[in-house]
Amino acid sequence: MEGDLNTTFRALADPTRRAILARLARGEASVLEIAEPFDMTQPAITKHLKVLERAGLIARGRDAQRRPCRLEPRRLKQAADWIGTYRRFWEESYSRLEDYLQELQPKEKPRDIKKTRDHRRTR
Amino acid sequence: MTSRKLEIIAEPGKTSFTTRRVVDAPRPLVFEAFTKCEHLKQWMGPRNLTMVSCESDLRVGGRYRFVFRGPDGKDVGFSGEFREIVPPSRIVRTFVFEPIPGSDCVETLDLEEHDGQTTINTLTQHRTVENRDGHVGSGMEGGMAEGYARLEELLAALSTR
Repeated sequence: MEGDLNTTFRALADPTRRAILARLARGEASVLEIAEPFDMTQPAITKHLKVLERAGLIARGRDAQRRPCRLEPRRLKQAADWIGTYRRFWEESYSRLEDYLQELQPKEKPRDIKKTRDHRRTR
Repeated sequence: MTSRKLEIIAEPGKTSFTTRRVVDAPRPLVFEAFTKCEHLKQWMGPRNLTMVSCESDLRVGGRYRFVFRGPDGKDVGFSGEFREIVPPSRIVRTFVFEPIPGSDCVETLDLEEHDGQTTINTLTQHRTVENRDGHVGSGMEGGMAEGYARLEELLAALSTR
């Protein structure tokens, strides 16, 4: 399934597609409704929707007239576990590094209270 | 007292970004922590990822590769090649997030020590603004801040479901 995840990452790399996902997080919508806030033609939006659908990030309804799009959160969560965010990756890493460096160093100076200032987020 | 916050600076329209973080340890120790697998395994990555494999051939032209396992059991690699090594102050290396082959960039790590504290400076140079934004934008810095901010909110909402 590695390949699937790669497709998902490529789909998420585009700002318009991320904005479409954010719109669909509020509820399902037709192509027309999705296209409304964008300065883009409907075929251009349809193209983006196809990429998102192939990546498993959205699904489209059967209703031939409207074919509403809705979010498929499972795949998005999977990708999010991976990329997280750059900031979260490094904030957590540095916080762990700080603790680890304390362990490595001889404790000749009194330990300060910085640990209590670490705002650790759990997910 | 120096701030322990991670600073990320990504100016809109540029192909690079920088970060800065201060830690309470001497520079040679920080340099080791960044370059030796026995140390890297202890701290690199957020808590939801486990580093399951680490290779670090610390010489110019030598390669490194870190593999992380996610909560879903899937593995993803980060890798690259060392270009410049100046212990204990500087490392230049290429970096690629393997699921996105076009994501390769060059990272420069500069360590400065003042009064027993080390400032960790990084400069990440991408080939395009889009790649740069893709790398760091999800931290809400940079030109695509709004789209990413919305995606962040979305992910936050999903994770509480």
